[in-house]
Amino acid sequence: MNDSARFVLEDHPNNKPKGERMTGSARIVASIAAVVLVVGAAAAFAIAWRPALAAIDPPAAQSFDAALVKKGRELAAIGNCNDCHTVRGAKNFAGGLPVPTPFGTIFSSNITPDAETGIGRWSEAAFQRAMRSGVNREGQHLYPTFPYDHFTNVSDEDDRALYAFLMTRQPVRAPARENQLSFPFNQRLAIAGWKLLFLRHDTYQPDPKQSAEWNRGAYLVEGLAHCGACHTPRNALGAERVSAQFAGGDVDNWHAYAINDQSRSPVPWTADALYAYLRDGFHPDHGTARGPMAEVVSNLSSVPSSDVRAIAVYMASVSGAPAPDRKGDEVAKSSAQASQSNPAGAAIYAAACASCHESGRPLPYGGIDLALSTAISSPDPRNLANIVLSGVRPVEGERSPIMPGFAASMNDEQASRLLSYLRARFSKQPAWTGLDKTIADARRTQTVFLQTSPGPRNAPADPTQRDKP
Amino acid sequence: MMTLKVNGREHQVDAEPDTPLLYVLRDDLQLNAAKFGCGLGQCGSCTVIVDGKAVLSCVTPMVLLEGKQVTTLEGLGTIAEPAPIQRAFMEEQAAQCGYCIAGMMMRAQALLQRNSKPTDEQIRAELEPQLCRCGTHMRILRAVHRAIRLMDTADAAPANRSAQ
Repeated sequence: MNDSARFVLEDHPNNKPKGERMTGSARIVASIAAVVLVVGAAAAFAIAWRPALAAIDPPAAQSFDAALVKKGRELAAIGNCNDCHTVRGAKNFAGGLPVPTPFGTIFSSNITPDAETGIGRWSEAAFQRAMRSGVNREGQHLYPTFPYDHFTNVSDEDDRALYAFLMTRQPVRAPARENQLSFPFNQRLAIAGWKLLFLRHDTYQPDPKQSAEWNRGAYLVEGLAHCGACHTPRNALGAERVSAQFAGGDVDNWHAYAINDQSRSPVPWTADALYAYLRDGFHPDHGTARGPMAEVVSNLSSVPSSDVRAIAVYMASVSGAPAPDRKGDEVAKSSAQASQSNPAGAAIYAAACASCHESGRPLPYGGIDLALSTAISSPDPRNLANIVLSGVRPVEGERSPIMPGFAASMNDEQASRLLSYLRARFSKQPAWTGLDKTIADARRTQTVFLQTSPGPRNAPADPTQRDKP
Repeated sequence: MMTLKVNGREHQVDAEPDTPLLYVLRDDLQLNAAKFGCGLGQCGSCTVIVDGKAVLSCVTPMVLLEGKQVTTLEGLGTIAEPAPIQRAFMEEQAAQCGYCIAGMMMRAQALLQRNSKPTDEQIRAELEPQLCRCGTHMRILRAVHRAIRLMDTADAAPANRSAQ
């Protein structure tokens, strides 16, 4: 047995001072309790304990094959690694991004090859173990904010390429920030229990009935791209609800839309539309990708188009066969009704929104027809509140959709009236409740989000603009 | 007709609800400090203060301003008696062509009204929406730091008070 096992036994609560006296029956009960506790502790230990893997000297960047590094770069983009592992304005992959969870705040780790604070001393085996089972080189369980529940599906070959890519990045000295979790979530032992309940170790198996493209998409979506990490709702213990896959989830006070057959997109998604949206960050029937999705499409603009196409093909099959085109149906009918019940909201819409959204200017510069907005048809008003208050920021160095934010010029009452009006006029869904709280929360959280998240870097409105200043 | 409160005075303004505040300030009230730059809320040259917050007046329709207090650069100080933020920008010679400067001063003023001791990082983050194409950013930053010091001193107080 090793040191940590002995520690468990020595620390046992039944190791009382010898001076204490007990009756015979109490002694028997105590002995049984002791045996149960020892066996329990040993079992927990056997489940939870993982060995540290040997530290290596950080390998020289030249020791990796350039083609493998390039492949790793593309895979890292598909995996959206930089989104969590880079803080806005800070060094790439140096970690430190606060990730709010219902259990507290978890900070992302430094995955640059820095020997002391990054993964410089991780062997390839250690990296692969982290991806497969969420354990760091030292043998500690990692919190499932790192989506290893998806990364179990990543092939050995792809893990090798990701390792080569990360180990050839600029090392950055950036010590881990202390997670802010309450008991018992601050106990890494608890993660072992979580894994027992929710982590499936089986890797992705191709479906022979489907095309190679579909299978490639499924492999990426269920694995490295971990789409479900945001788009699937989670249970009370923070695990994805398998029965509600892609039914819509939460991320950074944004709602990740349902992307299965429950999608509220007024125009159903097709593989072609999804391909354009994921590749360019914009589609005329769906609008622009913003919030946490902005970084995703920004990354996907740099990977092989065949992989984006494969993702689109698979997800289009998940969301079901498209219904007949319902673009803009019967929306005008409810306009008068919506105005009558909420004249203040109607006046704000007419003055502040319609000048662009009804301008008829070519998209994406004119503003999308709001009858096509998933944000307005969605059951959760947060995305609309975030967009109205914070706007759509321009992408540096490229032509891109823009919208001014109205956080400073609209008070809560005005924003609330506007959102109610948009909902009544442009969706067929019931009115939202609790908008005042939604707006107050959006004011608070979006300020933080915009300061810490990496901004969209290269999601162009039009791919022909990609290489131009 | 609607009532618009600008720099402590009430004005009766004949404007459509979707008329941008900037047009009313410049065309009807002859308050020309705020500039028309892009007209899309992207450059910051039209920035004024509404109820303590920096607002892009070119994309702020009149309908949103009922009952609110608008402050323009003219409301901070005069040529004879410039406000601390104005003095600071002059003393640092922060203007080159000057087109962005009114907006820069207004957003900096809004920041200093709610946080009298911002860090350099906070100032940079706050001024991010304001574009300057001449490249006087370093002088602008120095001017804001100077304004912080000026606002601390007693002689700067009267002009500072009028901005509230």
